[in-house]
Amino acid sequence: MRHDDTRPDDDGVGSGGSGPARRRGAPPGAGTEPAVRRGDPRTRSGRAADPVLRAVGLSRTYGRGESTVWAVDALDLDVPAGQTLAVTGPSGCGKSTLLQLFGGLDRPTDGEVWLGGRRIDHLGEQALARLRRRAVGFVFQAFHLMDELTAAENVELPALLAGASPRAARRRAADLLDRVGLTDRARHLPAKLSGGQRQRVAIARALVNEPLVVLADEPTGNLDSAATHEVLRLFDELRAGGQTLVMVTHDERVAATADRVVSMRDGMLADDTRLDDGVGSGGSGGGPRRSGASSELGALLGWEG
Amino acid sequence: MQDVVLALLAKEPSHGYDLRRRLAAALGPLGEPLNAGQVYVTLTRLEKAGLVVQEREDAPVRGPRRKVYGLTAAGQERVAAWMAEGVGPRADVSEFHLKLVAAAESGLADPLALVRRRRQELMRSLAEAQRAALAHDANSEAGLLLEGIALRLQADLRWLEACARTWSARASRGNGGGDA
Repeated sequence: MRHDDTRPDDDGVGSGGSGPARRRGAPPGAGTEPAVRRGDPRTRSGRAADPVLRAVGLSRTYGRGESTVWAVDALDLDVPAGQTLAVTGPSGCGKSTLLQLFGGLDRPTDGEVWLGGRRIDHLGEQALARLRRRAVGFVFQAFHLMDELTAAENVELPALLAGASPRAARRRAADLLDRVGLTDRARHLPAKLSGGQRQRVAIARALVNEPLVVLADEPTGNLDSAATHEVLRLFDELRAGGQTLVMVTHDERVAATADRVVSMRDGMLADDTRLDDGVGSGGSGGGPRRSGASSELGALLGWEG
Repeated sequence: MQDVVLALLAKEPSHGYDLRRRLAAALGPLGEPLNAGQVYVTLTRLEKAGLVVQEREDAPVRGPRRKVYGLTAAGQERVAAWMAEGVGPRADVSEFHLKLVAAAESGLADPLALVRRRRQELMRSLAEAQRAALAHDANSEAGLLLEGIALRLQADLRWLEACARTWSARASRGNGGGDA
């Protein structure tokens, strides 16, 4: 997953230096690091709540010299707690790279990634692996379930890896499969499940360690429209429960179900649109949403004139 | 038609023939039914409404001094208003396209800013459609209609991507959009 071989030499020297070894030892949430940096112009007055995710001057390049490709280019982005954020853009715009940087699956060439008030881009491999297990839930386009494990076992696995007792893992998996409406499929192997069902198992798995954030890369990319609806309804429930969620999608209809949509072009943010009436979502999670009937849809029918 | 002709006059006074050439270039095959007579009829109407005025060309590069049409103050106001409004979901593809062409040509608005605004409006409409769709059975009559609306908005949003690409490339070349 790492691409250290392609990093410019001077970067490793310039950014390695002091912090990482000390940081690695600090207990999570010990408050030794300022979550909001001094002089950060984007710190809004009065709100001290940390964003769950923060990118500061984030860059990721591939190759070097004249052929350097800036997949992510000096990008700044905050994702507050409880927000569902969709990242859209044409293929090659850097959106998947951004998601990998957020999830610690890839390392930036420059800039910072903060997760839960903690800077993660300098963590060592082990600390990063631990963080990914406990703090991040991943959902992929191709599901990535273990074929030889049942639905329930797939959901249990990350809990066991994170140190939960088998009993606790079983209980959590059962709860989550109930939540995604698959209790009656718990003992099925993935091969016996439809695409939509497989993705719902994968979402249950992503939630089993109660992550700070769920990162979803084209979560409906392999699904037909009925299964897409199932997954989007599930995301909507997560949103209502206050789960922070970042999804990358090229499908505007999927993106439109989020609280906020940012679009990327050439590694940079081209647009940032709030779809939740612009009210800060804060830590309390999703409030009530506007219901379906609306003047704007009526206007599309052209009946008001 | 009237608004587009007005907007194309915002940069500088033009002859009817030039206006027709610009429209034909911007519209391609869609502009073929447009004949010179229609442009002059439109200009005459705009003149009667006090939005344009005929003047003599200052110093022609060659040939005789022709009559050109220029905007009055009222015409300029109307163009500015037209440019600022109607970037929402109800504006159809060709209307918005002409608005971008005219914006770039006249310098009265930034085409990329118009694209951004339309994108936000379409996204909000799509969000409403999708929320409503998720609340309905996809196989119900209402669900079917909502799917159609969502698909149309999605198509419009994808075309805006293409608009953003083209107009940002033109902006970086410093080319306002003329095709001479």
